[in-house]
Amino acid sequence: MIPPPFEYYAPRSIDEAVGLLHRFEGDAKVLAGGHSLLPLMKLRLARPRALVDIQRIPSLAYLREEGAHLRIGATTRTSELLESPILRQSYPILTDAAAEIADPLVRNMGTVGGNLCHGDPGNDLPACLLALGAEVEVAGPGSSRILRLSDFYRDTFVTALEPTELLVGVRVPRARLGQGNAYHKLEKRTGDFAIAGVAANLVLDGSGRIGTAGIALTGVGPTAILAEAAAAVLVGRSPDEDQIAHAARLASDSAQPASDLRGSVEYKRAMVRFLTRQVLERALARAGRAV
Amino acid sequence: MTAASRRTASTESSVGGGGPLVRVELIVNGAAVSAEVETRTLLVHFLREVLGLTGTHIGCDTSGCGACTVLLDGRPVKSCTVLAVQAQGGQVRTVEGLEANGTLSPVQEAFLEAHGLQCGFCTPGMMMTATALLAKHPHPTETEIREAIRGNLCRCTGYVNIVKAIQLADRKMHPSGPSESA
Repeated sequence: MIPPPFEYYAPRSIDEAVGLLHRFEGDAKVLAGGHSLLPLMKLRLARPRALVDIQRIPSLAYLREEGAHLRIGATTRTSELLESPILRQSYPILTDAAAEIADPLVRNMGTVGGNLCHGDPGNDLPACLLALGAEVEVAGPGSSRILRLSDFYRDTFVTALEPTELLVGVRVPRARLGQGNAYHKLEKRTGDFAIAGVAANLVLDGSGRIGTAGIALTGVGPTAILAEAAAAVLVGRSPDEDQIAHAARLASDSAQPASDLRGSVEYKRAMVRFLTRQVLERALARAGRAV
Repeated sequence: MTAASRRTASTESSVGGGGPLVRVELIVNGAAVSAEVETRTLLVHFLREVLGLTGTHIGCDTSGCGACTVLLDGRPVKSCTVLAVQAQGGQVRTVEGLEANGTLSPVQEAFLEAHGLQCGFCTPGMMMTATALLAKHPHPTETEIREAIRGNLCRCTGYVNIVKAIQLADRKMHPSGPSESA
């Protein structure tokens, strides 16, 4: 299968890219790694008049701690997440996710920006970054803005991005002492979409109580889901098995799974409960606190 | 038409169909190549149809199977889901680029000697992934080998001899390394 014809542009700057998106008035798509967009174009589910290839913009490829944030640029490849010593050391949830995204070959092309902007509820990075409390940096014609990732997803494949806007990067609060996080998903086979996935991020205070908690779900709703009630029940508590089981039940309640070939609604809810317990225990162990 | 004469092919190539054109310039297996093709030309079609390098196979065409794996700037990618123009200016290595001066590469020798294939359809992609793995990461464990080839499907072998072939290739390439129990 070959994609339908398109005009191709390879801008060298963010301004040039946004200018092109503006010029095509919504009839251009941003091309990063292409591993979500090109399959859609092959199937004629997307027929943009132009592709704006952002791979050649040097200022979009970065991964660094800076001030109060970890910042990751839109064209950072999934394989670069997996190989990053900073992530392995301080943000292991992102190493977990990178290791479970598709397969090693796809990870050599797929990008952080593409994973976030595609808006597929089966993608893994949205839940992880929601759990971390991420914000996205967006450039538009003549202006730029910062949005909370929790305000970014509107529906399946629908985000808050205007057609003339470019996601420049994502930032999360810099790792703190007492922080631990983890991600895991169930999949039937390599490269398949998740049956369910759960991301958890915890920050313990000096007395061992949970100061901050974030839990988010992959593949069990129209978008990645921030399980706010599950996280809220943990905050201010010293985590024990009962608390974790309670949070897992609430996370399962917040899932909105559909019955399909990957499992029934009941099965997926049960898996969310199981995975939530598992990633919370792993996050606590990584925070230096076993239950 | 020979591969050499096809290198200058442009709009008459079978991947031309009236859409916008772009000149794609790559280094393929060490040689500079340049052709004007439709912007929508996939890297696998550029290699097979414009350059005549048909060793790279098309399997699923949906980035699932890895039969089309080539190295782009040293990293294995699925060339059915990469536009030729995305590789612009890059170094591409295909299965045809593994042998040198009529001598098989250690990975090719090992697949031959360890029977790392049955029907052979996945083999070019499998060998490209193995080549990239061993170049970057000598003495991989069996688990690391199996992880590396997760994106390359084989429907014949059950992978046992493929893993053995990659282990044998490692011993050929890095004879001073740890024993096979590594």
